Amino acid sequence: MESTVKDKAPVDGRKKRRAHDSSLYKNEHRVAFLMILPPVIGFLIFTLFPAAYAVFASFTDWNGIGQMNWVGLRNFQVMLTDNYFWKSLWNTFFMMIGIPIGLILSFILASALSRGLKGTTFFRTIYYIPVISSLAAIAIMWQWAYNGDYGLVNQVLALVGIKGPNWLQNVHTVKPAIVAMSVWKGLGYSMLLYLAAIQSVPQTFYEAAELDGANSWQKFKNITWPMCKPVTFFLVITNIIGGSQLFTEVNIMTPTGGSEFSSATIVWYIWQKAFKNFQMGYASAMSIILGIIIFIVTALQFYQNRRSDYKLG
Amino acid sequence: MLAKSSTHKMSQKQTTRIADFFIYIILIAGGVLMVGPLLWMISTSLKDKTGVFQLPPQWIPNPIHWDAYQRLFHLSQLQTGFMNTIIVSLSVTIIGSFTSCMAAFSFAKLRMPHKNAMFLLLLVGLMIPYPAVMIPQFMMFSTIGWVDTLKPLIIPGLFGNITMIFFLRQYLQGIPDSVVESAKIDGASYWTIFSRIIFPLMRPAVAAQFILWFMGAWNDYLGPLIYLNSPEKQTLQVVIANLSATYATQTDYPLIMGLSFISMLPILIIFLIFQRQIIESVALSGMKN
Repeated sequence: MESTVKDKAPVDGRKKRRAHDSSLYKNEHRVAFLMILPPVIGFLIFTLFPAAYAVFASFTDWNGIGQMNWVGLRNFQVMLTDNYFWKSLWNTFFMMIGIPIGLILSFILASALSRGLKGTTFFRTIYYIPVISSLAAIAIMWQWAYNGDYGLVNQVLALVGIKGPNWLQNVHTVKPAIVAMSVWKGLGYSMLLYLAAIQSVPQTFYEAAELDGANSWQKFKNITWPMCKPVTFFLVITNIIGGSQLFTEVNIMTPTGGSEFSSATIVWYIWQKAFKNFQMGYASAMSIILGIIIFIVTALQFYQNRRSDYKLG
Repeated sequence: MLAKSSTHKMSQKQTTRIADFFIYIILIAGGVLMVGPLLWMISTSLKDKTGVFQLPPQWIPNPIHWDAYQRLFHLSQLQTGFMNTIIVSLSVTIIGSFTSCMAAFSFAKLRMPHKNAMFLLLLVGLMIPYPAVMIPQFMMFSTIGWVDTLKPLIIPGLFGNITMIFFLRQYLQGIPDSVVESAKIDGASYWTIFSRIIFPLMRPAVAAQFILWFMGAWNDYLGPLIYLNSPEKQTLQVVIANLSATYATQTDYPLIMGLSFISMLPILIIFLIFQRQIIESVALSGMKN
């Protein structure tokens, strides 16, 4: 974990030697180039070209079969007044409330595990099972668990005298239901990263704080939490990236996007428009908007990484 | 692990014990919440069609009905689903890991002009989400007639995985360059350096990344959903989603739950066998990112 800091600057002198330009170096250049060729070609064909094409297509009335006609900004204008677009964007955004909830719960669990009690490995494994399980299977399982009459959730609620709704059919409960499932599935992953972060805090920090008479809360506030900040940042960013692409659980649990479009996410709407209605131009325009949002968030993460790397060094 | 405090006063010991007790309660409550639904899924799959609707519900079905699994065994769609998923995820991860390893070796240890520029170019790929490229990609594969085949799911993966390259490159940078240099002086070819020195060195990292990628490929849903129409071509995830929709109308929940459970089983077994490596590599990659 501490190896992030070392080997920062490759030793110079390589540049000077390059001037020699012997056949040996040329051979190395060629081999090196051949080795990185597959991923570069793959990137150009399967990512960069389609991305550029999507930008182009977003200005056309492409329907996947006929001719593509240039329509300028019309797709984006339509988007502005398309209630379904805004609804799906709002739904996507709403479901991100699961992110802070998940982080807090996973931090609590990680703190509990970090005390090194007996059975830590066992609990760690148990919490991680939902993470490795296939989302499709999990979504099918929760769909049944949310069943209004016989589902697990309502039967547990009935034990404490609450009559639960028909979660996935109810406009008001469908989004919280999907959020709860996502938190459940992702908890183990965040917990694991937090646990690693907490355990990598040097013990001497706590000892020094104890000498200064710090209590548990002060130790937590001034040592543990700040030391976990990079992980928190990483998790927030990756969760936003993942959350903005929510699709599988929505498509399986609410195949029609929920009653009154209450659970449709932006990726679900893009998929619907592109592959069910064949409005590829319009769908491309929406995917470009989504792509820009995600691109910015990811760039932010790279930028932050650079900075924190130097700070640690 | 947090070392236990070195001072062992009596009162402190007692408060620690009380704290430990509450921590166990938190951990157990969390554990019940995490596995409860999964156990319930298994329990449902062992009931008969009407037992599912019994109130109050039984956690341990009495008697146990294996009927759902017997019927699943004869579902040809499930078998082809398994086959297709195995074909896709194995071919992608085996060949893709090989190309990724070579690229990581080159990026970390070989000299080449504009190497860093190329690496940055690949990193851009990490910033472009799949939904932003899926429509043109679909049309590309559609023009060459690959829709409703497994090729669109396999071919792109063979060119390597940027996340894996990124991680392995970082891993290799921790290995001194002198290892490679001295082998070169001894006249070893690049292939020898890779296969005899570099690959054995990075094998643990490769194994971890391989497993993670394999699980990702196994669980993929959106890609197969877009490309595969015929039932016999579909991968496992799409098959179980479709079958569950079909059988839900017949309220055949034991079958649906058995279906989900069986589809999870291979990955669950892999996880339980390699759990230490998987968990450690996930924690490590998270810290490095």
